[in-house]
Amino acid sequence: MVTGHTRLEQAVRVWLPVGFFLLLALFPFYWMAITSVKPNAELYNRNMMPLLVHNPTLKHYVGLLTETSFLLWTWNTLLVAVISTAISLVLGTMLAYPLARMRFAGAGLIAMTVAAIYLVPQPLLFLPLADVINRLDLGNTLTAVILTYPTMLVPFCAWLLIGYFKTVPKELEEAARIDGASRFQTMRRVFLPLCTPGFISAGIFAFTLSQNEFLYALIFLTKSSVRTVPVGVIAELIRGDVFYGGQLMAGALLGSIPVALIYSFFVEHYVAGLTSGSVKA
Amino acid sequence: MSIRTEPLIGVTRAQPRRRPASLAAWLDREPVFSWLMMTAPILFLAAFVGYPFVYGILLSLQDRPVAHVGTFVGLKNFARDFNDPIFWRVAINTFVYTGVATLLKMVGGLALAVAMNQNFRMKNLVRAVLLLPFIVPTVLSTVAWMWMLDPAFSIFNWFLIALGMPKPGPSWLGNPTLAMASIIVINTWRGLPFYGITLLAGLQTVPPELYEAATIDGASGWQRFRYVTLPLLQPIILIVTLFSVIFTFADFQLVYVLTHGGPQNATQLFATYAFDIGMGAGQLGLGASVALTMLPALALLILALTLYMRRQ
Repeated sequence: MVTGHTRLEQAVRVWLPVGFFLLLALFPFYWMAITSVKPNAELYNRNMMPLLVHNPTLKHYVGLLTETSFLLWTWNTLLVAVISTAISLVLGTMLAYPLARMRFAGAGLIAMTVAAIYLVPQPLLFLPLADVINRLDLGNTLTAVILTYPTMLVPFCAWLLIGYFKTVPKELEEAARIDGASRFQTMRRVFLPLCTPGFISAGIFAFTLSQNEFLYALIFLTKSSVRTVPVGVIAELIRGDVFYGGQLMAGALLGSIPVALIYSFFVEHYVAGLTSGSVKA
Repeated sequence: MSIRTEPLIGVTRAQPRRRPASLAAWLDREPVFSWLMMTAPILFLAAFVGYPFVYGILLSLQDRPVAHVGTFVGLKNFARDFNDPIFWRVAINTFVYTGVATLLKMVGGLALAVAMNQNFRMKNLVRAVLLLPFIVPTVLSTVAWMWMLDPAFSIFNWFLIALGMPKPGPSWLGNPTLAMASIIVINTWRGLPFYGITLLAGLQTVPPELYEAATIDGASGWQRFRYVTLPLLQPIILIVTLFSVIFTFADFQLVYVLTHGGPQNATQLFATYAFDIGMGAGQLGLGASVALTMLPALALLILALTLYMRRQ
């Protein structure tokens, strides 16, 4: 009896607060999902209990995929995210390796500048950048965002990779150097293959950040055919008439799925990257 | 352990010809290798961050309607900002938004971390699920909130009316105070998992012996939290808070999607106001000046954070 009582008490102590946070975190997603499968008759009936659906329908999804350019936006978003992540990992590594491993005058200054650039929020730069993009004649091209996303992602990847690189033991590199490998060969053949977990962490972060980006995409991409999902959803699924809720929620849910999927595969890397910045620092 | 390697390379490479060997040796010097390696990223950042930054300052000193040539006007744009009552409203809004949201995230994040720092089944799954608001694109989750706060079909109003409140219930995004409260709550909802999971990682590094010692000394649960947990977490709390303050202070997407700064500029922040002036009204110079007024506060925060992280 006593153990049963304390076990119950234990369960309440754990699941009452944790359950509260879970409910808070998940309710908006539940609301997205349930709204997206409600027929309009239920969606716009204010007397019906809104938490449940009686006659679920995929009508809004069909409408989203056939009447709007949603699939094209998804393709654009993935393309931009993959390319800008790749660019950022390469450029980030080129910054991080010397900063993590070499001793040279100016290293401290560069490291500080990289950290500072990472912390500069986009709203400080978007107006002059818009003018730069216009002058380069890149308005309404995916190149505009592929070039500008790495401005946030390169410093970010560099910063995360510096932390990771410093945790890798130096012995293998020293051995390679003794064997006569140049610094570049040592880095490429010996060091970088050891750092796959660091690249996965940085890559996932960069990928989710590019999927999340809104301001640059909003300014640079005004034609439907080049839009990314966040901009397309805001610009084209929110319409004047009342009956757009179902399709809007379907778009929000489908748009979240690529990020959520990638995240679920690499969640441990993600959490490791998230907490390394502040905990290990 | 430290064995000089340069002479060895010199010997192995020197056999065929002399000049490439010395070039290879030169390329292998730490500063040369480092700067060559960093050239491409530094040039990229100089072109797409450094140049726009300087150009933004020049823009703010110009009268520059979109698609026209700018004329230099000195500090007139800033003078106009400081005489603009909406600008001051925006400044107050931004500070209220940042302050309240940061406080809520900090307290809620600590609570989340403490709740998660217990042993239970499926803990990793719960942690992964709790991070969802943070990883899902902000615009898309904000759209869900927009629907939850819809003037006609709000789920909250349905419950309030079911509980006896007269129809149509509160206008969440139409009433200035409620609109500000709404954007603060949604920002908190999105940022809280970041605080919680980072602080949780910090909590897990606290040695259990410290709690045992405190318990033996007769410390209550609250005292253990106050005198053991909090002091040890302080560095992490500081870093996470600085981070979150920087990005909340310059927030754009949430407000743009939910209220466009309305009603009557009640939720207008620096970033959305700069956008309205620069992009909406096409006054690039004036818009740049509004954005730049964020710089002093941001520069202080960024400097504090980079110095602090370096010291660690």
